[in-house]
Amino acid sequence: MAKAQTAILDKAGIKRAITRIAHEILEYNKGSEKLVLIGIRTGGDHLARLLQSRISEIEGVEVPLGSVDITMYRDDLAARGNLPIGKTDIPFPLDDKHVVLVDDVLYTGRTIRSAMDALMDFGRPSTIQLAVLIDRGHRELPIRADYVGRNVPTAREEDVAVVFDEKKSPFEVRLIKP
Amino acid sequence: MAKILIKGGRVISPAQKLDDLCDVLIEKGKIAAIGKGLSAKDAEVIDATGKVVTPGLVDIHVHLRDPGLEYKEDIASGTLSAVTGGFTSVACMPNTKPVNDNQTVTSYILKKAADEGYCRVFPIASITRGLAGESLTEMGELKALGVCAVSDDGKPVSNPQLMRRAMEYARPFGLTIISHAEDLDLVASGVMNEGPVSTELGLKGIPWVAEDAATAREVMLAEFTGAHLHVAHVSTSGSIDIVRQAKKRGVNVTCEAAPHHFSLTDEAVRGYNTNAKMNPPLRSAEDMAAVRQGIADGTVDAIATDHAPHHIDEKNVEFNIAMNGIVGLETALPLTLKLVEEGVIDLPKAIALLSSGPAGVLNLPVGQLVAGGVADVTIIDPNLAWTVDAQKLVSKSKNTPFDGWQMKGAAVCTIVAGKIVYKRG
Amino acid sequence: MSFTHKHILGIEQLAKEDIQLILDTADSFKEINSRDIKKVPTLRGKTIINAFFEASTRTRLSFEIAGKRLSADTVNISGSTSSVVKGETLEDTAKNIEAMAPDIIVIRHAHSGAPHYLAERVGCSVVNAGDGAHEHPSQALLDLLTMREHKGDIEGLEVAIVGDITHSRVARSDIYALTRMGARVRVCGPGTMLPIGIERLGNVEVFTDMREAIKDADVVMMLRIQMERQSNVMIPSLREYARFYGLNPTNLQLAKPDAIVMHPGPMNRGVEISSVVADGPQNVILDQVENGVAVRMALLYLVSGVESMQTR
Repeated sequence: MAKAQTAILDKAGIKRAITRIAHEILEYNKGSEKLVLIGIRTGGDHLARLLQSRISEIEGVEVPLGSVDITMYRDDLAARGNLPIGKTDIPFPLDDKHVVLVDDVLYTGRTIRSAMDALMDFGRPSTIQLAVLIDRGHRELPIRADYVGRNVPTAREEDVAVVFDEKKSPFEVRLIKP
Repeated sequence: MAKILIKGGRVISPAQKLDDLCDVLIEKGKIAAIGKGLSAKDAEVIDATGKVVTPGLVDIHVHLRDPGLEYKEDIASGTLSAVTGGFTSVACMPNTKPVNDNQTVTSYILKKAADEGYCRVFPIASITRGLAGESLTEMGELKALGVCAVSDDGKPVSNPQLMRRAMEYARPFGLTIISHAEDLDLVASGVMNEGPVSTELGLKGIPWVAEDAATAREVMLAEFTGAHLHVAHVSTSGSIDIVRQAKKRGVNVTCEAAPHHFSLTDEAVRGYNTNAKMNPPLRSAEDMAAVRQGIADGTVDAIATDHAPHHIDEKNVEFNIAMNGIVGLETALPLTLKLVEEGVIDLPKAIALLSSGPAGVLNLPVGQLVAGGVADVTIIDPNLAWTVDAQKLVSKSKNTPFDGWQMKGAAVCTIVAGKIVYKRG
Repeated sequence: MSFTHKHILGIEQLAKEDIQLILDTADSFKEINSRDIKKVPTLRGKTIINAFFEASTRTRLSFEIAGKRLSADTVNISGSTSSVVKGETLEDTAKNIEAMAPDIIVIRHAHSGAPHYLAERVGCSVVNAGDGAHEHPSQALLDLLTMREHKGDIEGLEVAIVGDITHSRVARSDIYALTRMGARVRVCGPGTMLPIGIERLGNVEVFTDMREAIKDADVVMMLRIQMERQSNVMIPSLREYARFYGLNPTNLQLAKPDAIVMHPGPMNRGVEISSVVADGPQNVILDQVENGVAVRMALLYLVSGVESMQTR
């Protein structure tokens, strides 16, 4: 049976949200010094790249960009069997950096917990901040986002998907009802 | 002793070229009469309608493991396994502990067989003392005591001079030399047939030439000495051909084939199945076809099981260190009947290879149904379908590669010297 | 695709997709080895027993490091199989190991088929770290990963394997693996070291002349000559062997100019490989060792996933 899908954010809306988040990040961190972006694969890494180019447009500075695959750090591996392990690519030290972790949808918080564990293995950042395009609630861990594109109230049995085009550029956010 | 009248069976006695529907009357341990419409007062009547009545089957290559290795098999369990498989006579190999290289061990086997055995037992003594390949046993006395042949089975005599002397010495006593023909230097540390399968499994191979070269040597020595050579368990196309050519030249040579060598190939080893490990090893499909051809054209004189019981602990190990050999007494008959079904030989020929053939090789006074002769009789149901269950084998040991095989044909009644020793229940 | 092999007994049982997944996973794990903190919590709480019944330094070390980098508890036991008749049976050893509830047993054994034997008798995963002259799957996989890194695609590669093919578990596993991935294999050695039917294992051509075997090859893999086996009259002398079957700068010129030189180690310098070649620009021997850890991490991760799914 086909699931009911509703578009809750279109391409322009996504662009506006990213732009706003870029400004907020720069404002909070007082510029781009010591700022690095780490996207969580897969989804967050594409958004992080978008954020990087937006920040570059605003500040004229290319902040370091990395990506992290959190599979190795998941707390439910035993239940999930062997999930494919993606590549982690953080080719710079994180010591004393302001790390902005980027993900597409914030939900239980478990992915963020895993990602933070991974980041700790790469050094000791000054701060870790979290930027998400969608916050759909239902946290299971004491985690909150510093930058949110859109808060979307959802039911647990619903799903939120950020849809990317072939250039890995987000063009729509959908709410999927069971 | 009670009379037994076997009625209405297809009676086959290859030595007499008898193959007819008739009755067999047994009295006082002898065959009293064979004919149509026989009747007798107070005889136990066995209805053999649809069955085949044959001479008691004879297996001239059996390891009874007694004395010394009774944890694998003993004379009682081994002969019970024999009669369950339809055999009424077995010749047992001398590689016991101690080795049957002296009169004491031979006497022990004969006495224990008489006391506890279910069928006739013909001991085979060793060629060399202790199977050590150094000095000859007292073949003359051993023969007088009842030894039917001599063999260093499993530990072939490698010294050709010693083999020459053994043949020269055994001949005047009418003793057959049974040779396990393998060149041990060529066998080296091989554990299965050398070929694509051994290469794939990474197991050391035993090349066919190890058997062919040894068979050729034995045949030439027999030709030279005039002794009767019996080549045990031929497994290669080369050794079959060597025997075939030697027979044509008039060499006094006979040979036997084991059911596993005409039923299985080295493919059975896959999965490191230790119950497919024996010596000589299971060979290639071409070799198996050659053994079948040898059976069909008369090169092979007898089917013999090389019944080699081993304890589970000796097989439940890594392939390299597992013992060689399988039990065979309870599966030989259906595997031979399979050759009939597959058109390799006809039924009388199959019976001959299991009775008059082997008896003739060792000149044993059994293997035929003739009035006045011993009443060793096997009644076979050629259509009985059954499945081999290794755990249900009568033998003490369960090491068979045929576990789970669908078989057709089985002995339903085995009679030794006029006494029913086995009835399939 | 998902990985379904609870045991890694040999390459023979693996499909092309399985091999691809293992290599991709290894590729992802490889990054950990260059971090300051070389440890991820992936197999936290898992117990891996490295049961090495045959002497081995690098394979055992490699498996141990792989397990530790994934946060598994790795325990090594070693034993000799030479006194096996008198000692405990492998089955009893296996049962004893199993009673301590490991999740994975990595086994190296002198007898071909020992890992299969173990896998039939224990509930946990079994990974073959080399059995007799049968298979050495993790070695073949690290060879493939190394070839893939240097050559891009494995499909279409011409790979020459030179040495004692008869006794080589590496050769067998490499033949299976390379054939599955679409490479062509040439095996070469003296007549005494070429087993019957080796060409039936895969896409294999057999040579006795080394110059023909390595001509235009993309990869030249030299196998270790087992010094201890030479009592077995396989070759007249190491000197003569080196002359006809050793890799040196002269005959290496017959291979493609960008050919890579591999060796599963440990090397006998001056026998199957000259020092000039062993240390030369075409050698990727230490890359193989490095990739070994990543490949073994991938194997441990993948079988552990299958194992935990089945346990549930």
